[in-house]
Amino acid sequence: MVVRAAVITALIVVGSFFLTVGTIGLLRLPNVYNRMHATSKPTTLGTAAIFLAGFVSFGPGSEGLTALIGIIFLLLTVPTGAHMIARSAERIGVPFLGSVTWPDESAVRDATRDAEERSTPASEMETDSDSDSKSETDDHRNE
Amino acid sequence: MTATSSDPVFLEVAIDAALVLVGVLCVLCSYRVIRGPTIPDRVVALDAIATNVVAIAVLFALQTGRGLFVTVSLVLAIIGFIATVAVAKFVIEGEVIE
Repeated sequence: MVVRAAVITALIVVGSFFLTVGTIGLLRLPNVYNRMHATSKPTTLGTAAIFLAGFVSFGPGSEGLTALIGIIFLLLTVPTGAHMIARSAERIGVPFLGSVTWPDESAVRDATRDAEERSTPASEMETDSDSDSKSETDDHRNE
Repeated sequence: MTATSSDPVFLEVAIDAALVLVGVLCVLCSYRVIRGPTIPDRVVALDAIATNVVAIAVLFALQTGRGLFVTVSLVLAIIGFIATVAVAKFVIEGEVIE
């Protein structure tokens, strides 16, 4: 089966390329957040390509289906892990680079207040929505 | 069906070269583990190493033709994810299990 071997080889080459790109980004970029951005996406793509090579090689039997489950699992967990590391890095005070800022508190508050006003009548929301949502976000920040 | 001696030569060469390449990439990632200025740097580098090891397990399954190692790679992915989450919680709160 030369065609199948060619497909497997192409998927392995693509996966190795993406893994190399992720590692170069991890070594060269200047900041935790940039490095995380560089590793999570290309590494996921590269490993997914190699999993696909495994699926093509082993066929849709038990091991091939395991490879597909591995792809789904990677697509679910790698962004979650990167998000958690980014949040903890911001909490322990790793500085941002240049003009980058954390998403604005007032923007989040305005968005939630707009959503509340859209779902409830505006007149009764006038009094209490401001103080409530503000103290909520402050509690969340100081946690 | 599986990757054994009936495969073309270029497939075996590609698998061997990819194994060597991903191994070298793991070593290069360990530079960031050792030198990384902050703890999240090290965690990110270890996460990248874990994903590379998942790729190595799949490549090994392709090389030997044993599908069992695909399952091994899945277990390695689960362990890497749990380790990342545990360290991310530990860095913030100082304890994981209260």
